[in-house]
Amino acid sequence: MPPPLLIARDLTKTFDGFAALSHVDFTLPKGELRLLMGPKGSGKSTFFDLVTGQIRPDSGRLEFGEGIDLTKLKEYQISHLGISRKFQAPRLFPDYSVWDNLVLSLKGSRSVFATLLYRLSSEDRDHLQDLLKLIGLLPKRDWNADRLAHGEKQWLEIGMLLATKPKLLLLDSPAAGMTDEEMQRTAELLVSLTGKHSLLIAEHDMTFIRRIASDSRVTFLHHGSVLAEGRLEEILADPRVREVYLGRGKRGQK
Amino acid sequence: MAGLAVLLLVGVPALHARGLIGTETLNLLGQSLCYAILAISVDLLWGGAGLLSLGQALFFAAGGYVVALHLTAVAPGAARGPDWWQNFASFPMALVAVAALPGVIALIFGFPAFRSRMNGMYFAIATQALCAGLMILLRPIGILGGPSRTHPFGPLLGADLQDSVTQRTVFIATAAALLVIYGGCRWLNGTRFALVLRALRDGESRVLFSGYAAANYKLFAFVFAAFVAGIGGALCLLQAGQIGPESLAPDKSIEAVVWVVVGGRGTLIGPVCGAFGLSLLKSWVMRHCPDLWFALLGGLFVLFLLFLPEGLIGLPRRLAAVGRRIGSKPASPPPPAAPIPSS
Repeated sequence: MPPPLLIARDLTKTFDGFAALSHVDFTLPKGELRLLMGPKGSGKSTFFDLVTGQIRPDSGRLEFGEGIDLTKLKEYQISHLGISRKFQAPRLFPDYSVWDNLVLSLKGSRSVFATLLYRLSSEDRDHLQDLLKLIGLLPKRDWNADRLAHGEKQWLEIGMLLATKPKLLLLDSPAAGMTDEEMQRTAELLVSLTGKHSLLIAEHDMTFIRRIASDSRVTFLHHGSVLAEGRLEEILADPRVREVYLGRGKRGQK
Repeated sequence: MAGLAVLLLVGVPALHARGLIGTETLNLLGQSLCYAILAISVDLLWGGAGLLSLGQALFFAAGGYVVALHLTAVAPGAARGPDWWQNFASFPMALVAVAALPGVIALIFGFPAFRSRMNGMYFAIATQALCAGLMILLRPIGILGGPSRTHPFGPLLGADLQDSVTQRTVFIATAAALLVIYGGCRWLNGTRFALVLRALRDGESRVLFSGYAAANYKLFAFVFAAFVAGIGGALCLLQAGQIGPESLAPDKSIEAVVWVVVGGRGTLIGPVCGAFGLSLLKSWVMRHCPDLWFALLGGLFVLFLLFLPEGLIGLPRRLAAVGRRIGSKPASPPPPAAPIPSS
């Protein structure tokens, strides 16, 4: 069993009396791809917000790697640790080419003087070429980002996250708005990242979940607590999970 | 570009040396080159970072005032002014001040301004306020140089400023400065720094999310632009012969913005041409029908914003597009549509 990368113990966060997360225990081993499922309001985004340092928990532990306490760090420090987050809507630099978007995201000093004197090394160039191949945008490297299809924009943004060489990727509904083919491609892309990177994917779309969850484990959240954890088949067979979905009509029935 | 450099550095001065161009004309051309430097300073910020500064004339004037104080301090005779002006009597000291003072002002103003993340519009207004405020502070100093003889200028490194040879040398120095600054800015545009700065135009939050401290980038650009403007102002003073608090008047900075709009924001060469051309136009209009100038300037501004937002630089492209529409040839096809990604 690989060492744990992200550990949450008894994590609780309340907003004005509404318990977004209550007493959540969660462990993500290094190199694993974990799916975070659950209806809207179940606490998935709140959990991500806590990990990236946007909000602080009311109580509980949240640790990264060798006991690094995430609750004590600022957002940019957490980002420097190698934790990257992707939001649901693509956030690119629309006036820039695919290539330039990636160059901007490259890992490296963010200081003014460093960028003034920065020369793209052959190492960086190779890294970006590899990334372009991985996300399938090599033929479009000089295209303006806003001309890309929606799915391609999502892949570009994943590429931009990967350019920072992250240890942990937090992906919020990466399949949102995608066609079936795009979802398949995305699932393959994300699965190919396991091992080198650890991924935590929050998703509702069952089509996408089925494509990606073949070997992965799923954590199911409901009303801020972990309702079930295990393989996808086990989760879907769990009567408590079915009850949550049944109460919401067609959503879980794909 | 090389041809233009030769023309400016060699051609025009040679013509002047032979008496084919009068010193007054040379002066006018030289000052227009200085205004081109000011236009670069505006475009660096506006085209480069989406930061509209309506106060670049302040840094231009700061450079000019330092040189003016120097020339006043070295003037022989009783009308030398207060003792503290003597600090500028040493030429090296004056050089350092020309390089540093505009940047320091920019730093002092810019640091809190960018940290506060104030909206671009408020920033523009704040730069105007800065101009107005410093204009008032400069009233005790008043007008330096000029025919009024209150504070006449002394020699520049021993040479009489009015002498035609001196003016020719100053012109060459101005042309050289413009070329170096232009070249430097072109180099700057290719750096990753400029990539980050341009990205700020579209979405500051995305840039911040990528880990860049946007405020630092803006501050650096602001200080550098101030430095550039200061150089232009210093050289301009040597050719204009006088400076006063009116040089900081709000309309001076706005005129610089009009040059950039007319020339083509973000293109660097556009603002240079716009500034140069409009300065010459202004001097012609002021001589023949001065009342027309502001109307003309305002009219050009509105016209370009409405019909030619890319400026004169965008004119060939616009004309080509219009030509295609009028002509019998069909319009060129739009860029290829993105193919469906393979699974």
